[in-house]
Order: sequence, then structure tokens, then C-alpha cells
Amino acid sequence: MRNHRNTIKRVLQYIRPYTGRIFCLLFLAALTVVCTLYTPILIGKGVDTIVGIGDVDFPALAGILIRLGVIVLMTAGAQWLMNLFVNKVTYHIVRDIRKEAFAHLQEVPVSYMDAHQPGDIISRIVTDVTQFSDGLLMGFTQLFTGVLTILGTIGFMLSIDIRISLLVILLTPLSLFVAGFIASHTWQMFQAQSEKRAEMTSLVEELVGNEKIVQAFSYEERGIKRFKKVNEELRVCGVKALFFSAMTNPATRFVNSLVYAGVALTGAFAVIGGRMSVGQLTSFLNYANQYTKPFNEISGVVTELENALACAARLFDFMDSPAEEPDAADAVELADADGSVKVEHVSFSYRPNVPLLQDISIDVKPGQRIAIVGPTGCGKTTMINLLMRFYDVNEGRILVSGTPVRDMTRDSLRRNFGMVLQETWLKAATIRENIAYGKPDATEEEIIEAAKKAHAHSFIRRMPDGYDTMIAEDGGNISQGQKQLLCIARVMLTCPDMLILDEATSSIDTRTEIRVQKAFEELMQGRTSFIVAHRLSTIQGADRILVMKDGNIIEQGRHQELLDQKGFYASLYESQFAVQE
Amino acid sequence: MNRIWLYLKDYKKEAILAPLFKMLEASFELIVPLVVAGIVDRGIAFHDASYVYKMGLLMAALALIGLTCSLTAQYFSARAAMGFGTGMRNDMFEHINRLSYREIDLLGTPTLVNRMTSDINQVQTGVNLMLRLFLRSPFIVLGAVIMSFTISLKAAWIFVAAVPLISLVIYLIMHVTVPVYKAVQTKLDHISRMTRENHVGARVVRAFGRQKREFEEFTDINEDYTETQIRAGRISALLNPATCVIMNFAIILILWTGGKQVDTGAITTGQVVALVNYMNQILIALVALANLIVAVTKAAASLGRINEVFDTVPSLSDDGNHTQKTIENAPRVEFKDVSFTYAGSRDSAISHVSFKAMPGETIGIIGGTGSGKSSLINLIPRFYDVDSGQVLVDGVPVEKYPFSQLRDEIGIVPQRAVLFAGTIRANMRWGDENASDEEILAALRTAQAMDFVGKLKDGLDHKISQGGTNLSGGQRQRLTIARALTGKTDILILDDSASALDFATDAALRRSIKKDTSGMTVFLVSQRAFSIKNADRILVLDDGELVGNGTHEELMQTCPVYKEICLSQLSEQEAAG
Repeated sequence: MRNHRNTIKRVLQYIRPYTGRIFCLLFLAALTVVCTLYTPILIGKGVDTIVGIGDVDFPALAGILIRLGVIVLMTAGAQWLMNLFVNKVTYHIVRDIRKEAFAHLQEVPVSYMDAHQPGDIISRIVTDVTQFSDGLLMGFTQLFTGVLTILGTIGFMLSIDIRISLLVILLTPLSLFVAGFIASHTWQMFQAQSEKRAEMTSLVEELVGNEKIVQAFSYEERGIKRFKKVNEELRVCGVKALFFSAMTNPATRFVNSLVYAGVALTGAFAVIGGRMSVGQLTSFLNYANQYTKPFNEISGVVTELENALACAARLFDFMDSPAEEPDAADAVELADADGSVKVEHVSFSYRPNVPLLQDISIDVKPGQRIAIVGPTGCGKTTMINLLMRFYDVNEGRILVSGTPVRDMTRDSLRRNFGMVLQETWLKAATIRENIAYGKPDATEEEIIEAAKKAHAHSFIRRMPDGYDTMIAEDGGNISQGQKQLLCIARVMLTCPDMLILDEATSSIDTRTEIRVQKAFEELMQGRTSFIVAHRLSTIQGADRILVMKDGNIIEQGRHQELLDQKGFYASLYESQFAVQE
Repeated sequence: MNRIWLYLKDYKKEAILAPLFKMLEASFELIVPLVVAGIVDRGIAFHDASYVYKMGLLMAALALIGLTCSLTAQYFSARAAMGFGTGMRNDMFEHINRLSYREIDLLGTPTLVNRMTSDINQVQTGVNLMLRLFLRSPFIVLGAVIMSFTISLKAAWIFVAAVPLISLVIYLIMHVTVPVYKAVQTKLDHISRMTRENHVGARVVRAFGRQKREFEEFTDINEDYTETQIRAGRISALLNPATCVIMNFAIILILWTGGKQVDTGAITTGQVVALVNYMNQILIALVALANLIVAVTKAAASLGRINEVFDTVPSLSDDGNHTQKTIENAPRVEFKDVSFTYAGSRDSAISHVSFKAMPGETIGIIGGTGSGKSSLINLIPRFYDVDSGQVLVDGVPVEKYPFSQLRDEIGIVPQRAVLFAGTIRANMRWGDENASDEEILAALRTAQAMDFVGKLKDGLDHKISQGGTNLSGGQRQRLTIARALTGKTDILILDDSASALDFATDAALRRSIKKDTSGMTVFLVSQRAFSIKNADRILVLDDGELVGNGTHEELMQTCPVYKEICLSQLSEQEAAG
């Protein structure tokens, strides 16, 4: 627990706003415990009024039963209220943390996303937060009531009979010991089982997930053989794990039964000896029954708490990842860019010792069309990252409209760029919301107009709900090409002054594509455009082609000029676009 | 339900003995209150020390027998449940491997993976719980009620009233909360979805400056989720207190009626104590039963989903087909007036397509998305059956072949470059189990993959992680091409498989395939005109119809669709030449 000190400190910060409720909660928990413990005593007292034939003290019994009724109602009320408080506090803390984590997600630099899998972040923001709060608060409440119950039971028992109490107190931990013994021995079996299960699952994910390929290669029989082998291994270690883990319950129950028998035996002699009443014996037996329960719970709670803190630590680890460097205090708003872009001696690398872009300089006049070409990994997409300030340059500077981009707010800079990436991203929302993503207050006419320009209108109209069609999370209900049309429509609507296109037309229906290109042509009119180009027609129409190789711009100029140079571009062109037999 | 018995059949002994031993254990548990009553009524009342001793020993013995019974039951149920799950998994795995593309399309592979893993697990857990508790809990409840009848008829009516009342409360609370918890789960899915969206789409979110709005949207969803959770919690928090209240009031009644009964001499004090104890046992059993019902409901839902898979009948099979002798000098692949429609679709994907592909020919297939390119090539290995017409390979209709004979002859490179966990060698041997290293290396060379495989320290022993995530897209694609080339392939199908390659590699690949695979018929599906431009013959598809079949030059003259595609992608003089 010691190494958790910092984590605990931070957890406490989240709990602080609910201090008042926590105290109410603790009070209610204590009340519940006291009432619960008082019930067996009252029942015992009730039994004591019932002695034998003609020897029942009805007025006393009635009094006790009325008291019992009140206590029972009080217990229930207190317990319910306590549960409500626990829920409220837990869920509110979850909400607070999740909100903060999501806000942080909006602040971390894009490089963080590039370095971390989405699954990793989701498990932190969703699963870890839940586990942490459940474990911590519910665990804490259980621990608290558990300890109180144990102390209370000991107190009540001692007040009745010291010798029998000692018997219970000394014997009960035996069940803990047994449970611990079983747990430590089953751990390995569990480990083996979960490893095998993971092996089985990933085999299923691979083979069933790619069933079509399996069949294409006639791999069915080999696959089945592999699967049956793993599955049988899982069965063998599964039976062991299942059986031995299921031993805990009967074993602890056995110990409890022994304690119970012991109490009955010694208690009976105490009653015979006149040191105790029959009713008190009943109370005792009752206690013996419920005394072990909190012990068993507490042993579970401790692991739960450890787990909760581990989750919290993972979460804080994410929250502590540095946020994007905020905009400078005197950063200007780039209101309306004139379209000029100047890249001056820019160097950049993702990893400190792996240089990528080196001393790049480009001077782009308003309205020019710049095509970037080159082999994979030459730094084309990196240029986009730098222009949009998803990453900041290591050296040199970039100026837009004559102002260094570092001196303007990121939002205003990005607003002046329209971006269509090769990887289409759409929200799981209606088509309308997606088109209006960059301009949420757009009118219906504007949205339809943009869709028409992007040649998306006709397919949208054919969708079952038209513009209100929901796009599924994986975008499964529309084709890749249609997704790209929507991304284009999204940019069409915002009418930015500058465009960044990672030529994304490869999977659009070839014939639609012609129209889209025309629309793009229109859009690019008078706008500065950067295009990561794959298509000859795009390249040939460019005002300037930047030929990149290994992080350098090795050639630039118009298509014909570059061909005449007979350099890298010319050979690239030969090999790529004019295939020889 | 039938399916459960089916898989328990091999574990009949276990499946019967497990609940039996559990019930045995329960009966011993039901005796304990009587023993205590005996101690009170006889041992204490008559100061009979030896009787007390005997009873104490009896209780210890009961505990020991209970433990033995319980462990035995536990063992049998673990064996039965695990055996059940294993058998079901094996069968389902085999069943999935018999399904054809049509059924896989309908069910979806992620669904199948879930059915195989989490759903079967859920049912397995359900079976285990059922075997252990399903008889035990009702048995205890029933037993306790019966015991109360043997003690006192007058007190027994309290039990008869309390049991349904507690059951009703449990039922009502579950009835109200289960749908709310489903809503909670859906809302949590929203939270996951938004988190994923904002991670994957960070660039777009920021490009449009939407961070604040996304945050606000998240805050709303988050708030809504919290509220729903609290609402659900409010009701389920009632369960414990409400059932305890009923039970304790029942005990109050027992004490009062018991007192009256003792007063008249109908029962003894010890029996009153026994009645109180029985009531306690009933509550514990009922709560356990409620938890069991929740688990069983979940398992039943899973079982329903599992049945869906098992009930899906493969639409095509090769049962009864034996190895075919191929016809010499026949076209390698021939389509005769083939039409084909996907399940659930009204429009045909391919209509009336006829063509021949000779050994050694390279056939380019081009057309827009949805024009039927992939559908066409999927008919060659008989992944789907045609509606009408005939597909022949080596002169023999494809439905006459055993799948393995037909498909072993065909090497396919799918659109999505998928590799499997294991070494490069193991991946390459997918097409041919017995391929030698030389054959593999030759295939890698042809697929332009040697430049990076050659640089790997451990060469063919290089481990590929699941999904091939430790390789780049282009590297993966080249390996999948090499995989298809390994083995005795006569027909190679590249389904738009070069999209992740840059143009230079793409071109080199096409050259080397041409060079290294004489006699092999190659189908090249592409959206890029220049990839197929130099094929021996080009098939142009438009909306499922074959609108062009010829060389580039011929098609430029005769096929308007092809001309349009080319002009959009190639420069004038390239398209011309």
C-alpha cells in the first residue's frame, strides 16, 4: 500500500467535494451495523420469554417484538439510504473523473494519439474509471461496515459470555486461513487457465475473424486441428481452476459449521450451568453464523482496493501526460488568410535521433496549387502535420499570411485550412450533422448545396432516412467511397481559404470521381492547395510539384520542367505512370 | 435448451450426480436446526450432558458430510460444465468452417468471434451454476417450508406467505432494474464510442476546431449516464433491505405464534428457535436463487445467439464430390452467361457475364465500386454459387470439385492484407503445408518482398504479431501476395491488392509476376487504370454487366466506360499509348 500513497492523495482530491455526504454515509453505515447486530439480541430475548407450557410472558414478548419491528425498519431504512449515498457519491466521482479525462483527451497533442492505441485510452477512460470507483467506494464501504460488524459482534458476544466469545474469535480466522490457502494454490491454476483462454481467444479471432481467407486457402482442417488442441488444453486446466476455486466456498462453510457446532456445544453447557439463557444461546448461534461473513468479504475487499488503486494509477498516468503547449498569451486570431504560405528552413523529426524533414523551404503564393509526390515514407504526410500544427517544427518556421503560425491560435489557423485525409473519419451521427461538422449553424440549404457540390446529394437522397440517416460507428452502412464524398462535402461547407488534400479519391467510384474532381477543381479556384498526389491528372495541373525523397525536397517545378530535368521525378514518372512491357 | 442436453450427453453421470450431491448437502443443512432444537429441548431442559455431546458431534459430522458432498458436486459440475463448453466450442468452430461466404456475410465475422468466445463462456458459466444451485436453492426453500409444517401447522402459514412475498419483491425489483441496466450499458457504449471517435478522429476534430463542442457533447452523455446509473441504483439498493424486512417481520410473527403455541404445549421452545433458523435459511437461498436467475437469463440470451449460428445452414457444400480430372486444352477459367445475386439484395451483382481466360493470360478487371469486380472473382473459387449460368475451371464446372482441389489450385490475395500470428514461414505455408524454403523465397522474390525480408535478422523465422501489426501496410500486402504464390497455383487472383503499394513497387510487382509465372492465369482487379492497362485482356464491368472485353487499345476505341475511366486517371498520351 505504501507505494500507493501519491495515488491515494490524488484520489482524495476527487472525493473532497463529497466530504459531507461521505460523513452521512459513514454514519448510516454505523447505524446499519448497530441495528443489524441488535436484531439477534432481541430475537434471543424474545425466545427467553417463551419458556414452556403456561410459562410465556406475553406482555414482555409483545414489547420485545414491537421493539424488534422498529429496529428492523430502522435497519432497512438506514441500509437503503446508505446504498443511495454510496451510489450517488460513486457515480458522481466517476462522472467528474471521466469528464476531466475526456477534457484532457482534447488537450493532449496529436503525437500522443499517434503513439497510443485507441483501445488503450478507452480502457483507461471507461473501464479503469469504473473499476476504480466501484472498487474504491464500494470496497471502502464494505471494509468499513465489515470492520464495524466484526468489532460490534465481538463486543456483543463478550457482553454475553466471554468463554464462548473467545472460542468464536479464535476459531473463525481459521476459515480465512483456509480461504487464503486455497486462493494461493488456485492462483497458478487460474493463471494457466487465463493464459490458455487468451490463446484460444486469439486463435478464434484470427481464424474465425478471417474465415474467408481460411476457406480461400483450404485451411479449414488444419485450423480445426489447431483449435481442438488448444480447446482440449483449456478444458483440462479449466476443470482444475473451476474446481479448486469453487472449493473456497464449501471449505469456509465447513469451518463455519464447525464453529457453529462448537458454539452450540459450549453454549448448551453454559445454559445448563446457568451462566446463559436459551435466548442468549440463539443470539450466539446467530452471531456465529454472520460473524464469518465480513471476514470473507474483507479478504476480497483488499484485493479489490489494490486493483482499484492500480486502475487509478493507470488513469492518472494518462491525465499526467503533458498537454499540448497552449497558445501563446498574445497569440493572434488568423481572421482571413490571404493564402500565402512560407516554409522557412524547417527541420522536423518524430523521434529525436531519426531525422526526417531537413531544412525545407517553400514559398507559396496565394492561390497556388502545390502537389507533393514521392515514395512512401518520404515525409509527405509530415508536411500536412506541420502545416496544420498537429506537430510543431523543430527548427525554422512556417508563416501563413505573413504571420508565423506559432504566433497565432491553433484553432484560427486550422479553421483557415480545409482538410481531406485518406483515412475518412466520420462521427457516429446523422449525415446532416457530419456535413455540418465544421459549421454547426449551417442552414439546410447550405448543407444540401455542399452535398450537391460534392456529388453526395444523390446517394444521400437514396438512403432510407436521407440526411437523417445515422452513420454506424464503423461506418458499415455506407461505402468507403461514399464516406469520402461526405468528407469532401464537410469541407465544401466551410469554404476555407486553403486546402490540404491527402489525395483520397482512390476508392471512389471511378465515374463519380470525375465529377468530384471537377468540384474540387472549382473549390481550389483561387485557393491555396496542398495535395499529396497519387494521380497524374492532379500532378499535371499543379502550379508546382514538390518531389520529396528521404525528408528532402529534391526537385520542384512544373511537370514539364521536371521531366526535362531528367532527374528523380522523371524516373519516378517513368516507373510509376508509364509502365513499360 | 435441446442443445444444452446435447452437449451434456457425454457428461450424463456428472450432470446428474452434481445436483444430486448438492441436494444431499442441502438436506444435511436442513437437519441442523432440528439438532439445535434437540439440544435446547432435551439436552438443556433435562440437563442431559451426554446428549449435548452427541448432538455436538452429530453437527460436526453433518458438516463433514456436507463438505464431502459439496466438493463432490463441485467436481462433477466443473467437469460437466467445462466439457460442455469444450464440446460446444469444437462443434461451433467446425460449423463455422463449413459455412459459406454467403452465411459469413450475413452473420459477420466479429459476431462469430463473439459467439465462439464470450457467449459460449457465458453459457458454460450458466451450466456450472445451474448444476450446482438450480436444484439446491429451491430444495432448501421447499425443505424449510416442509420442515415448518412438520413442526407446527399454525406457524407454517407464515412460511407459506413469506416465501412468495420475498420472491415477488425480488422479481419486481429485477423486473424494473434489468431494463434500466441495459440502458446503462447502452449509454456506457456511447461513452466508449465518443472516446474512440475523439482518439481516432483527433486530427479532424482539431482541424474543424470542434474540441469544445465534443467536450460538451461528452459532458451531456456522461451526465445522462450518471443519472441513469443512479436511477438504477436507487431501485436495486432496495433489494437487500426490503427482503430483510419481510424476513424479520416473518420472524416476529413466528415468535408471537410460537409463543402462543408453546404456551398451550403444542410445540417446544427449541422448535421455535428451529423455525427462526429455517426462515433465515430461506432468505439466503432465495437471494442466491435471484443471483442465479440473473446469470441464467444472461446465459439463455447467449444460448439464443449461439443457436442462431448453429441453425445457420451452409448454403453450399462439396459433399459427395470427388477429385475431378481436368480437361486438357480447356480454358483455365470460363464464365458462361453467369448471373449472381447476394443474399438479401434485390439487384444482381453480376448479370449475364461470359468470358474465357486461357492458361498464361493476364486478365485485368476494372470498374467502379459496386460494379461487381470482387463478386466476379469470388465465383471462381466457388465462394458463392451462381444464380444461373456456369463457371468452369479447367473445363469442369466448379460445383463438381471438392473444395480443396479447386481452391488449392487458386491463389488469392484479398483486398485487406491479413497475416497471422507466427513466423513468416508459417504464414507462407498457408497455401501449401509442405512448401520448401526455396519455394517460399522464390515467391517472396516475385512478390517484391525480399528487399525487407532479406534485411530481417531472423529471415523466414521472423515472428509476425497477430494481424501483422509489426509490419507496414505495404510489407503486409507483399507478403500476402507471396503467400498466394507459394504452392502449386495455376490461377492467381489479386483483388485490388496493390493499393497500399507505391506506384514503383506496384509496377515492379506486375513485371515480375509476368516474368515468373508463365502458364499461370492472373486476374488483376484494380481501380487504377495503369495497373491493368498492359494486361493481355481487360474486362470492364459496369453495374454488374460486362461492358468491355479486350485489350487496352481495343477498349479505348470501343468501350466508352473504359475510355472515361482511363481519361480520368491517365494523361491523354498515356491513355492513347
